[in-house]
Order: sequence, then C-alpha cells, then structure tokens
Amino acid sequence: MSVFAIQLLNALQYGLLLFLVASGLTLIFGIMGIINLAHGSFYMIGAYMAFALSTLTGSLAVAMVLGVALSVVLGLFLEWALFSHLYRRDHLEQVLLTYGLILIFEELRSLAVGNDVHGVPVPSAFGGSIALGDTMTYPVYRLVMSVVCLAIAAGMYLLIQRTRLGMMIRAGASNREMVGVLGVNVNLVFRLVFALGVALAAFAGMLAAPVSSVYPGMGQQVLIICFVVVVIGGIGSVWGALAASLLIGLADTFGKVFFPDYAGIAVYLLMAAILLWRPEGLFRRA
Amino acid sequence: MPRRHLAPLAALLLVALFPLSGATFYVELTTKIMIMAIFALSLDLLVGWTGLVSFGHAAYFGVGAYTLALLSPKAAAAGMWSSLALAIAVAAVCALVVGIFVLRTRGIYFIMVTLAFAQMFYFVFHDTDVGGGSDGRYVNVKPDASILGFTPFDFDRPVHVYYVVLAMLVLVFLFLQRVLRSPFGRALSGIRANEQRMRALGFPVMAYKLAAFTLAGGLAGLAGWLLAAQSGFVNPEILSWHQSGNVLLMVILGGAGTPYGPIAGAFALTLLHELFSTLTTHWQLWLGISIVLIVLFMPGGLGHLVRRVRASLFGGGRDV
Repeated sequence: MSVFAIQLLNALQYGLLLFLVASGLTLIFGIMGIINLAHGSFYMIGAYMAFALSTLTGSLAVAMVLGVALSVVLGLFLEWALFSHLYRRDHLEQVLLTYGLILIFEELRSLAVGNDVHGVPVPSAFGGSIALGDTMTYPVYRLVMSVVCLAIAAGMYLLIQRTRLGMMIRAGASNREMVGVLGVNVNLVFRLVFALGVALAAFAGMLAAPVSSVYPGMGQQVLIICFVVVVIGGIGSVWGALAASLLIGLADTFGKVFFPDYAGIAVYLLMAAILLWRPEGLFRRA
Repeated sequence: MPRRHLAPLAALLLVALFPLSGATFYVELTTKIMIMAIFALSLDLLVGWTGLVSFGHAAYFGVGAYTLALLSPKAAAAGMWSSLALAIAVAAVCALVVGIFVLRTRGIYFIMVTLAFAQMFYFVFHDTDVGGGSDGRYVNVKPDASILGFTPFDFDRPVHVYYVVLAMLVLVFLFLQRVLRSPFGRALSGIRANEQRMRALGFPVMAYKLAAFTLAGGLAGLAGWLLAAQSGFVNPEILSWHQSGNVLLMVILGGAGTPYGPIAGAFALTLLHELFSTLTTHWQLWLGISIVLIVLFMPGGLGHLVRRVRASLFGGGRDV
C-alpha cells in the first residue's frame, strides 16, 4: 500500500513540475500564437543556474531568487530582441528561429560549464525523509517541491482570475486582435507573459536540479513531454495544462512501475488516445 | 530545352563525374548528402507542397533504416530489392497509422504532435530490445543487389553506392515532379493554399493529406534504407528529434516548395557543417546564430535569395 502511496506522490511531484514548464508554454502559444521550441532550454538554463549560483553563493534558496530575477531579464530581452519579430510570421519560421536558439543555448552551456553531469545538493533544511507506513520513507525535499509547485499554481490562479493583468491575459488568449483594438497595450502584455513563461520554466529547472541532477539535453526531454501536455490540455488553457500534467505524471510513473520497458511510450499512447477522442485537447472549446 | 533546366543539369553532370576525382572521403560525404537530399525531398512534399509542417519526419527515415538492419542476418546479406521494398512499405504503413492521428490536428498542434509521435518511435528503439536498444545494430554484411543471378553493383564499394544513391535521387526527384503535376499534386497545392475552399469544392481533403503523409513516409523510408546500407550501422539517433529538425532546416533553408530547394538545402547545410566543424568545435553556436539571423533578415530561405538575385540580374521575377 505504501509503495502505491510513494508512487502516487512521485506522480504528483513530476506532474506539478511539468505544469510549471507547460503552463508558460501554453500561455505563450495561446496568447502570442508562437511555437517556442526553445522553452525547454529555459528549464535547462534554470537547472544550470541553480548549479552555478548555489556553488557560488552556497545556498540554493539565494540561487533561486537570483536565478528567477536573471531569467525574467532574459525573458524580457529575448522577447524584445527576437520573439516580438515573430508574431506575424508563419509557424515554419518560428520553428526555425527557436530551433536555432536551442543550438545557441546548448552550445553556450557547453562553453560555460562543459558537458559533464553535475549534482546539486539538496538544501540541508529539507535533507531528511519522513516515514510512510512502517518500512518506507519519502524524501522531504520532494514533498517541498510539490508544495511549492502547488503554491505557484494557486498564485497563477489568483493572477489570471483576479488581477487586471490576468484579465488581459485571458482576453488575449481568446481574441488577440480585439484586445489590441480595445486599447490594451498588447505588446506589453506579450512581453510580460513571455518573461513569466521563461521564469516559470527556469524556476522548474532550479527546483528539479537537486533531484534530477543537471545534464546536457535535459531541456529537450522536458520540452517534448510539455508538448504532449499542451496537446492533451488544449492550447492556451492553463487549467488544461494542470490536468494534463497530472495525467502525464500518473501515466509515466505507473507506466514505469507496471511496464518498465515501455514506460517511455505510455505517455505518447495516452496522447494518441486523447487525440482520437478530442483532437482539440481536453479543455479547449472547439 | 528551356533555359531553367540548364543549371540543374550542369550540376547533375558535375555530381555524376565527381567520383572520377578518386577522393573517397568526399565521395562518401556526397553519398550521405544525396541520401539526406532524398529525405529532404520527401519532407518537402509535406512542408512545401501540402502545407503540413511535420517535425517528426525522422521517424520514418529511422524505420526504413531499422528495417534493413533487422532483416540482415548476422553473417549473411539481406536481399537488396526485397528489403528495400519492405523498408518503404513499413515506413509508409507507420506514416499511414500516425497520419490518421496527427492529421486530426492543424497548425501548431500538428508540429507538436508529429514531434511527439516521432519521439515515441525513438523510445521504442531506444528503450526496448527491438533494434539493440541505445547501442543500435550493425548491418554486418551489406545488402546483396543480385537480380536473377546477375549482380549490377556491390554495396561494399563506395563508388557503386554513390551511383546507386545518385540514381535513386534522380528517380525520386522525377517521380515527385510527376506527382506534383498530376491532379493529385494540384489538389495538394490547393489544400496548402486554401483548405476550406478545397473542401467546399468537394475534395476529400483528409484522404489527400493522408495519402501525401503516407507517400512522404515511404520515401523517407527509402532514404533510411540507403543510409543503413551505406553506413552499415543504425542507432536510435537516426530517428531523434535532432534529425527531424535537421532535415526541416534543409528544406526551409533550401526553400520549401521549390523543386531543387531541398536538394540545395541538403548540400548547403551539410557542407556548412563540414566547414564550420573544421574551423571550430563550437560550430553549433555559429549555425544557431546563422539560423536566427536568416529568419530575422532573410525570410524565404536560400531559394528566395537566389530568386531575388536572379531577378535583379536578369530582370523579371519569374518563379523557379
């Protein structure tokens, strides 16, 4: 029974982490109409910032604060320099440019820190484990991760449902042109949403660094799973992304338990089934 | 003969005479480029002609390559013609099945879903023992090309492989040109231009798209078979998303929807890669920067640039 509970906690933790990356991705898709292949790179950059900054400052918490600030700056800069030129281009060119960005980020990463796998120590305050049942234990840090992710999800709920900016984001997701016509500074909304997406992905990377270690190519793995999340949840739907992330977390974790050889495929089969049933995703009004 | 055929024919002649130079390394490199050119042509049928941006085309390329590797016994040769036909068929069937799912989506969704399905194929070969897991599998003995006791060429000789691949490239090119001029090809162009209108005109749009997707998958399988036959080795990287991105890059940089664009793109990108990697170990950085700059300042790719230069030299904006 407690084995089941542990797997359930793992599934929850993985799903919530995916949500942090996927929610930014889906907002950028939904509001700006941009396919961003480089979104996984922000996750990778976050993880490497956690590694570099925590070695430098000696504290993961300080590294995270600095890292989030840096990634917001990075997001604002990229939107200004590159993505703002892509809004009126077709998807093909967006794919091309963001693919180029992946190459640049990966190569810069290799120049800066090399191609080795690095570990990031779990903060000592959360280093222990708690007992689950009689024989099993569960690491505290993983629980903390889930709690932090839940807190961020709640924060996003408040931001999107209760603030003026959230109102503009929701309106932008359903009809971009109309929002612009009504006198909202759409460009500013775009820039903020993009920076928010970058910061969320980078934060997810920082949060995951102590448990997943830090390695080349980590961004792409997450990116493709997040595509699956967005497809299942429906483009532009943050709540769809939340539901789909949890679903994927369950499918992947329990896939690994029951069919270890085919676990990599379970997630994609789930996607195929949902495509047959609802090609627009679970939470998108057709 | 129309003047527009002159340059391509001259290029073909050059490529056909190239092995006489005896530079084995470059003969093998050019063979690889021509295989990629076939692969890129197959993708362009989707991207350039039907308006379907597939980011998972490497799956069918890989399936074709793995078909040969799996058909080759440990110490004997697989028959070339039977294994080639099977590789095309298996890749086409995979594309047909995936097509039924992915063609239910469009736009950004389509890009993501094709990528995700290709990743599924990647994991099938990477995680399970079907094709030797992440280590891949060797084709120990190159395929045997004999027909009724007569052996026209030998896959152990690079020059022979070169001409086989060149012949395949020319055949695939001519075949696709023929397809694109047929009513079927015209319908695909119509779908790219305005899908709603085609549907209103009574065309079974989904069936046309599925046929194009299947055909493109089969041709990618052909290219994959050639790759396995040339290199004698397959591993999951053949169907990784990098490969899908790479071939998409060739199509776009060369000019999607132009007859020679994908071939030019395959040559340009691979030669650039060779050039950059002799100059610097960080060629990917420069490639990435070039891509970003090209998208920002030169939309339409190399083909577009060629057209613009030609238009300014000879006057008239004739389409290639």
